Amino acid sequence: MTVVFLGIGATAALTSANSFDSKKLHISSRRLVSETKSTFFVVRSDGRLNSGSNRRAQILITNAVATKADSSPATKPGHELLLFEALREGLEEEMERDARVCVMGEDVGHYGGSYKVTKDLANKYGDLRVLDTPIAENSFTGMAIGAAMTGLRPIIEGMNMGFLLLAFNQISNNCGMLHYTSGGQFTIPVVIRGPGGVGRQLGAEHSQRLESYFQSIPGIQMVACSTPYNAKGLMKAAIRSENPVILFEHVLLYNLKERIPDEEYVLNLEEAEMVRPGEHITILTYSRMRYHVMQAAKTLVNKGYDPEVIDIRSLKPFDLHTIGNSVKKTHRVLIVEECMRTGGIGASLTAAINENFHDYLDAPVVCLSSQDVPTPYAGTLEEWTVVQPAQIVTAVEQLCH
Amino acid sequence: MALTHRSTNLLKPLSAAVPFTSSLRRLFSTDDATAITVETSVPFTGHKCDPPPRTIDTTPKELMTFFRDMATMRRMEIAADSLYKAKLIRGFCHLYDGQEAVAVGMEAAITKKDCIITAYRDHCIFLGRGGTLVEAFTELMGRRDGCSRGKGGSMHFYKKESGFYGGHGIVGAQVPLGIGLAFAQKYSKEEHVAFALYGDGAANQGQLFEALNMAALWDLPAILVCENNHYGMGTAEWRAAKSPAYYKRGDYVPGLKVDGMDAFAVKQACKFAKEHALKNGPIILEMDTYRYHGHSMSDPGSTYRTRDEISGVRQERDPLERIRKLILSHDIATEKELKDIEKEIRKEVDEAIAQAKESPMPDPSELFTNVYVKGFGVQSFGADRKEVRAILP
Repeated sequence: MTVVFLGIGATAALTSANSFDSKKLHISSRRLVSETKSTFFVVRSDGRLNSGSNRRAQILITNAVATKADSSPATKPGHELLLFEALREGLEEEMERDARVCVMGEDVGHYGGSYKVTKDLANKYGDLRVLDTPIAENSFTGMAIGAAMTGLRPIIEGMNMGFLLLAFNQISNNCGMLHYTSGGQFTIPVVIRGPGGVGRQLGAEHSQRLESYFQSIPGIQMVACSTPYNAKGLMKAAIRSENPVILFEHVLLYNLKERIPDEEYVLNLEEAEMVRPGEHITILTYSRMRYHVMQAAKTLVNKGYDPEVIDIRSLKPFDLHTIGNSVKKTHRVLIVEECMRTGGIGASLTAAINENFHDYLDAPVVCLSSQDVPTPYAGTLEEWTVVQPAQIVTAVEQLCH
Repeated sequence: MALTHRSTNLLKPLSAAVPFTSSLRRLFSTDDATAITVETSVPFTGHKCDPPPRTIDTTPKELMTFFRDMATMRRMEIAADSLYKAKLIRGFCHLYDGQEAVAVGMEAAITKKDCIITAYRDHCIFLGRGGTLVEAFTELMGRRDGCSRGKGGSMHFYKKESGFYGGHGIVGAQVPLGIGLAFAQKYSKEEHVAFALYGDGAANQGQLFEALNMAALWDLPAILVCENNHYGMGTAEWRAAKSPAYYKRGDYVPGLKVDGMDAFAVKQACKFAKEHALKNGPIILEMDTYRYHGHSMSDPGSTYRTRDEISGVRQERDPLERIRKLILSHDIATEKELKDIEKEIRKEVDEAIAQAKESPMPDPSELFTNVYVKGFGVQSFGADRKEVRAILP
């Protein structure tokens, strides 16, 4: 693939505010899909121009790694917290705002939630609003849906997403379909949330990824949070939504720390997040794999690639607008997900991209997913069921060579 | 409900054309004041509770209402049978004839603010809750003017304004929903109850016991009503349940066994249950009832039970006949008047079917409406920029 840089020396405005350093020269580059080898220029890291041959190694990007602007904590706006605290903040703000919002799940009340997402809420709002249920997923999910039919806005917590398989009938038939089969009479504004994904040697039954099972249910929306910022925003959006929303959290991400704004904010449920803009390849990911991708991105940047990383966030429906714009820019797609290979989110996304953006693709869509195996207990084996950064680097290199 | 008003209006012109002796009866038929005492066919059997008394007071008006409502329900189900055989109704069609007393008796004991949720045998309960014949038939035929816009079908009748929550196809799944209705009622501190109806087949579902446990734990105003028609599709109750005493299945939850073919017994039981549920939490009612049709229209209904059994129940326990006998024995109306009412209802049902047939099929665009709720009303923005980025459509 010929890489052609045209245009020299123009400063380009960067889309992300953090990685700006005015001292460096920024080039505006345009990628041409042409086979002709025309003269081109290479901008070196010290700003000198070189005309060179088609050698990948010489292409250096000056603004590769996004660096955060340094500023002292005291002057930084917002407050720092962990992801589960962000979820709790979002939940509490919504419960404060609307008396119809209630939580139900196992050990959410007195125990404070197995991942501390509902800590102290029962003391504040009482036992009926933060309801400790018996271990009966099918029934308490059904109960929440019945309550939602009358106008309440329950949040169902599955202690682990895998347990919600027991409630599949209620989620599929009653939650997703009631609005349709009643001709619009009933809305089911529930939020079903819980941690899923492969953890640290939790065993096969506690390491499930249910996104793939739920994605075909008509009438529900699915979102996956990955940072404290989007966790709080998506939680609030999910609670305010009139549709049933399944919010996928990840067991290993609960202790992520980030500084989030003090002001109230709500994120768009159907929007994807641009994590790192780039030019060479679009990497679509969500939840924990975002961090594996970012880790791989560091390596890739050192090797001279410029990946565009998008956290798709919205698993149903896909944000084909953001994804499409990215594909039109880079013409290569790599999907990195934690779902299984067969019938996962990646499989659907591959189909969607192929159908909609086929003309813009220069290479087949590559999808890196977890292996189609039950997650083993042994640590080394478990590592190899999920996609590792090294594999992402190899895949990008193969796609972009 | 819609049916009652018609009965008082239409009886007047009828009796005007008839000799003067019946004008005396006209007073009785709309009479709300005279108390008539009836006794239920069998006494109630209680489990962990004191059953209510067997004697119930009623009025001529109520008797006539019961008769009219049950006759309409009966006629509707039989008409649905013919429509199904004429291939105007497709898919599954589960008919309720024989069980009308449960729908009518329950309705008489409660208000529209109380919720009812049932399974797929829901046509008559829909009617009882205020649904019209036209809405029912158009929905059965899949037309646009149906109660669920033609998108639900026989098993998905709903009427939110009157507290009828459906209409569910999966056996037993409606019971946790019913407990949820009760939960919402308790949460909002309303003095209303939720009736969750299920069959003897569904009584063996685990989610029932899970739901019952939760309802009892939190004293939810839920009343679980087992409409025991003795056959779970093709399987008799003694072949499916080790303990067919469904009213006792609640164990720590009180129960009441009721003759479901006697509308007054049902009414008494539901009144009792409502008072109980508001004070003490859940209660189970077992309605001993019978369906004349098979499980659905694809089931002849005679492979697992004898025709003698069906005709025996029809002769001895038919709910409509019981009310007819009561009306005749108390001289509230003559045999001829009742027959006239039935003829009238037949005409009403035929007219409703004709009107339903004229309703158009849903527009193709309806395929995609109501999948999601439009107009979420959420403004989404990023606080770091303090500007509105998108307003969800």
